[in-house]
Amino acid sequence: MPIQVLMPALSPTMEKGNLAKWLKKEGETIKSGDVIAEIETDKATMEVEATDEGTLGRILIPEGTADVAVNTPIATILADGESAADLAKAPAPAKQEKAAESAPPAAAKSEAPQPKAAPSAPQPVAEPDPEVPAGTEMVTQTIREALRDAMAEEMRRDGDVFVMGEEVAEYQGAYKVTQGLLQEFGAKRVIDTPITEHGFAGVGVGAAMTGLKPIVEFMTFNFAMQAIDQIINSAAKTLYMSGGQMGCSIVFRGPNGAAARVAAQHSQDYSAWYSHIPGLKVVAPYSAADAKGLLKAAIRDPNPVIFLENEVLYGHTGQVPKLDDFVIPIGKARIVRSGGHVTIISWSNGMTYALKAADELAKDGIEAEVIDLRTLRPMDTETIINSVKKTGRAVTVEEGWAQSGVGAEIAARIMENAFDYLDAPVTRVSGKDVPMPYAANLEKLALPSAAEVVEAAKAVCYR
Amino acid sequence: MAAPKKAAASTPQDKADGGPPPEFTREQELKALRDMLLIRRFEEKAGQLYGMGAIGGFCHLYIGQEAVVVGMQMALKEGDQVITGYRDHGHMLATGMDANGVMAELTGRRGGYSKGKGGSMHMFSKEKHFYGGHGIVGAQVSLGTGLAFANHYRGNDNVSVTYFGDGAANQGQVYESFNMAELWKLPVIYVIENNRYAMGTSVSRASAQQDFSKRGASFNIPGKQVDGMDVRAVKAAGEEAAAWCRAGKGPYILEMQTYRYRGHSMSDPAKYRTREEVEKIRHDQDPIEQVRNRLLAAKVSEQDLKAIDAEVRDVVNASADFAQHDPEPDAAELWTDVYR
Repeated sequence: MPIQVLMPALSPTMEKGNLAKWLKKEGETIKSGDVIAEIETDKATMEVEATDEGTLGRILIPEGTADVAVNTPIATILADGESAADLAKAPAPAKQEKAAESAPPAAAKSEAPQPKAAPSAPQPVAEPDPEVPAGTEMVTQTIREALRDAMAEEMRRDGDVFVMGEEVAEYQGAYKVTQGLLQEFGAKRVIDTPITEHGFAGVGVGAAMTGLKPIVEFMTFNFAMQAIDQIINSAAKTLYMSGGQMGCSIVFRGPNGAAARVAAQHSQDYSAWYSHIPGLKVVAPYSAADAKGLLKAAIRDPNPVIFLENEVLYGHTGQVPKLDDFVIPIGKARIVRSGGHVTIISWSNGMTYALKAADELAKDGIEAEVIDLRTLRPMDTETIINSVKKTGRAVTVEEGWAQSGVGAEIAARIMENAFDYLDAPVTRVSGKDVPMPYAANLEKLALPSAAEVVEAAKAVCYR
Repeated sequence: MAAPKKAAASTPQDKADGGPPPEFTREQELKALRDMLLIRRFEEKAGQLYGMGAIGGFCHLYIGQEAVVVGMQMALKEGDQVITGYRDHGHMLATGMDANGVMAELTGRRGGYSKGKGGSMHMFSKEKHFYGGHGIVGAQVSLGTGLAFANHYRGNDNVSVTYFGDGAANQGQVYESFNMAELWKLPVIYVIENNRYAMGTSVSRASAQQDFSKRGASFNIPGKQVDGMDVRAVKAAGEEAAAWCRAGKGPYILEMQTYRYRGHSMSDPAKYRTREEVEKIRHDQDPIEQVRNRLLAAKVSEQDLKAIDAEVRDVVNASADFAQHDPEPDAAELWTDVYR
């Protein structure tokens, strides 16, 4: 029976890719290890090697096809002794439209649940963004592209801005966020570092003390733990310790939080860690527009800014205003959806659960007001309190752990400022109090879910 | 301390020749004497004020090591940056920072360099290119490498002089920094002040490679052991290292063999070494006495030297007076300088 070649998953978070090129033709002999095709993920172009021997029987997905779902059959290989006639035994070529639409095949669908929300469609936004003038032209961009554009624009604007980190230059970014920056700005301003988080964080802070404005990329914030002494003891405290003489304008950025199936050491949310520290600003955007506008603000900010991105969100698209200089002020939350029954507060990927839950709740007649904090420090307490005064109920949603978490802080602020308005205790939905497990089912259980948010919201509404 | 000698197993980059250092002119000798005396008298006064309770917390005195920072400073030019750890009062005075401002910071007063918010270990001066004053052992090495990065980025010919001790030399980020500095040819002089004890742990108990000039060998960073008690040797080595850096050849390591007379901090009884050890070095190698003796031999009068003593004492006494009478910071300062 002919062997099917399936669209491979080439990264922990890849769900689809583009079939860029076939390097073998139908009828050509294939040995194990031969490169048969090139596939573009959202991060890189990868080669597909044959793992079987035989003859390339039929190409099922032509080159140039975009958005081919992982596990879609892309070709068949005929074993020795098989002929084209045997192809009938293999499934019929899939029509591409269908392949693109189809959810990941069975294996990835039910038993191996997607630990993250499916990407693609941007979340519906009920409230217009007050930062964007009415009538502004919008462009559709991935968060990855929005972040790259933010850096490129600021680097064009100010020669003191440079970016350094592991694989940011020649590799074009481990997650492709710095794609094209080396080509535009050269090796002087786009600097590949050795794998040396502690050291290069310190180098960045030292350079910033002289007035340069480094963007330090951590491949993920998990690795920034190696550098956390420089971030806290050197970057965050120097302005104070010097009586205001010497601070540093520096951005530490990179993916934070759980990716997918990378287990405990690579899946941790540091929101609470950094938001604990006076002297730091902490930004964690959810939408593409916020990613761009807030990163530009972070680069211009004269203080050290921790800019928490999310790997799962990088490929998500959104509407980004086409403005010459779109900067969103740090420290302002945004009401993404209005409602009068319960306030749901989240940020970054937590918004995925919050917004899904709000949709579900609406079906049951519960109108949730969803606040995207966007900045964790300084926290926009006013927006939270005003909403809670209206709804009398609040649910916080975070991927991090509950103990000493950002949700705990929000709950405390609500108690301090709106205790008399509360009709129910503030409830936290958070990551479970365990290191992140690897197994797909356990990972899903460890993370918050829209269902848990729905449950919490109903509980505080006594429904 | 044994007289510094050439490393037993000489590396190709070890240029120590064992010969006497170049002579100073009389003006240079007088300047070195004055600057070292200022540090010594200042530190003695700080120790005294600590004993009186006027200075709190940790207070690490530089007494005995004065030739290192004074000699290095004589090798630098305007715009070169200096950064060090927490034994930092000497470095501040040597870069020309005002004694009143330093002492008032030690007493936590509003006229201190950090408005009283930094203390002994955390002072800075943009004007004098002094970048601290850092309390985490070894952190200044990466930061100092960053200062050199900035020089390189800006294309100027300034050098970052990054001081750390024999204890800090065992921190991991030191080697991360060495790697990047050589890789990118950054203009940084790593000055390892080997005073033989990391708090109470002697070099031999903590360091597998006790020749600190070789600590950059695997990164191809040249290094040199220097008699850190002889200000002339320090200056000569500093000039050599600075020229190397300014020529775009990358970093340079100077191991300054020196000694601290006092405990690690004011609260250290220094039971890990003998009184005789300290006394012998004070007697045989004191950096200030070396200069004083040369000046006397060159027929400078006792009276002239006493005038220098008196001027230095006046500066120090004035700083102590200022630091004790300057008001504490306004309570509102608690909330300032967190963000800008």
